[in-house]
Amino acid sequence: MKRVYVNEEWCLGCHLCEYNCAFANSGARDMVTALKGKPILPRIRVEGEGDVTYAVSCRHCRDPICIRGCISGALHKEGGTVCIDREKCVGCLTCVLLCPYGAVLPGPDGAAMKCELCLKNACGEPACAAGCPNRAIVYEEREEETV
Amino acid sequence: MKRYVIVGGGIAGVSCVEGIRSRDPEGEITLVAAEETSNYGRPLISYYLEGKTDLRRMSWRGEDFYEKNRVTALHAAAAEKLDPAAGELTLSTGARLPYDALCVCTGSHPFSPRFEGLETVEKRFFFTTMADALALEQTVTKESRVLVVGAGFIGLKCAEGLRDRAGSVTVCDLAEHAMSANLDPDCAPILERHLVKSGLRLLLGNTVTRFEGQKAHMQSGETLEFDVLVIAIGVRPETGLFAAAGGDVGRGIRVNEKQETSLPKIWAAGDCTESMDVSAGEPGVLAVLPNAALQGFCAGANMAGGAEVFDKGIKMNSIGFFGLHIMSAGSYTEPIYTEVAEDGCKKLFAKDGVLTGFILIGDVARAGIYTSLIRERTPLESVDLEALKKAPSLLPLGRAYRAEKLGGAV
Repeated sequence: MKRVYVNEEWCLGCHLCEYNCAFANSGARDMVTALKGKPILPRIRVEGEGDVTYAVSCRHCRDPICIRGCISGALHKEGGTVCIDREKCVGCLTCVLLCPYGAVLPGPDGAAMKCELCLKNACGEPACAAGCPNRAIVYEEREEETV
Repeated sequence: MKRYVIVGGGIAGVSCVEGIRSRDPEGEITLVAAEETSNYGRPLISYYLEGKTDLRRMSWRGEDFYEKNRVTALHAAAAEKLDPAAGELTLSTGARLPYDALCVCTGSHPFSPRFEGLETVEKRFFFTTMADALALEQTVTKESRVLVVGAGFIGLKCAEGLRDRAGSVTVCDLAEHAMSANLDPDCAPILERHLVKSGLRLLLGNTVTRFEGQKAHMQSGETLEFDVLVIAIGVRPETGLFAAAGGDVGRGIRVNEKQETSLPKIWAAGDCTESMDVSAGEPGVLAVLPNAALQGFCAGANMAGGAEVFDKGIKMNSIGFFGLHIMSAGSYTEPIYTEVAEDGCKKLFAKDGVLTGFILIGDVARAGIYTSLIRERTPLESVDLEALKKAPSLLPLGRAYRAEKLGGAV
């Protein structure tokens, strides 16, 4: 399946992916309405320091431990994409305890939030990759699936 | 066609179905559930009382799960006798279920020491099943004075769930600190202060010596009056069925990393089992939902001819009380990092060059990076430990690790 991949050596640390992600998931029509004066809550985060920066978002693991361990059954797969039913989520954050990449985040309303590859918002494909100026984030088929 | 029998409809049992179906779409699966409801996340019962979920949303894998997976699910059914020689399970109704592979997922049962006069308490409950939650919902009113005996996570989650439904909620525990099995004396006071601020009454280092109707005579000499009693002292693996069949039982049903038991064609998974705790280097009862799910899937896949292993088991818990998040994992060996503030803390433990455990209260972001280091037994000499102590991130794990995980399918 197509996934979001990170080319660390090309990341400028510009954080544009975070803004594009927060905007794409805001439901708002323009970026100013979505983000100006509001907390930015992206599901992708740029981390690192100095020369080394890179973005981290859900890896959409083949056998995601977050789904196995989710106490409410809110986390589930749709196709290969790990999605969260935020109505079902009770905010226990077991997913945060389990994700080896730190890619599931506590959301503003208590429920967890995570990257769903923009398949559920108006963007339709990952806004982080689409807007990355340096192809440090790409959305592509990279490996033959074994499962 | 292979005949599978699963005893138990909790998370291990449901995950066992998923494991079987991952390899065998054809076999006949019969699931025997003791409760009237199955396929629900047991820890959700306190969220139900709190009004944060409802019966429909509590269905763990969806209400059509059994139908979609072609499972014959028998509810409110009691497994009475397991005959490994004949390969047959007998139910209390007399019905016999022959099997080619069986998985014991019987979970645990609440445990209560013998309190003098307990039988004189009219309204008394445990808090481990949906039925318990529904009964409490019916019983507790705005006037009820609730007494919870046990300040572990079951008792405290129950207290949280009842706070807004009851007149008052008091929690007592013989231990000096709340959640004494998960927190240490440095961290527990942070939780205790928060619970009291949130409206609970806590009586620690103090428990009931004798009940007399609606009175609890406490060790301190105090007499507490209450209307509703919840006993939440602990749970024990439910091993009776398996032990009676001659199976090997320690503190729980003994299983290997394939979830095989000592009996042929019988696997076991979840809270009823005892398995290797990689952070402690010895077997333990790792009774938390994620482990039940992982073990159940592993058992199911292997019952259908697979070669799965569950070999990274540790105790791990994420829990919140009135908005304060607490995470704990692994074994508390030698502290390598301690940070304790008024409203949060962080403690990391290591031994023999690997991270073995942590306690986090308050800031729990990205704790899974620590959990993963414990489960994978990652040598600490291969990471930038000083940076990791300060904050969990992928930076201290090195470029090669990131290239593999962020640049490839995992």
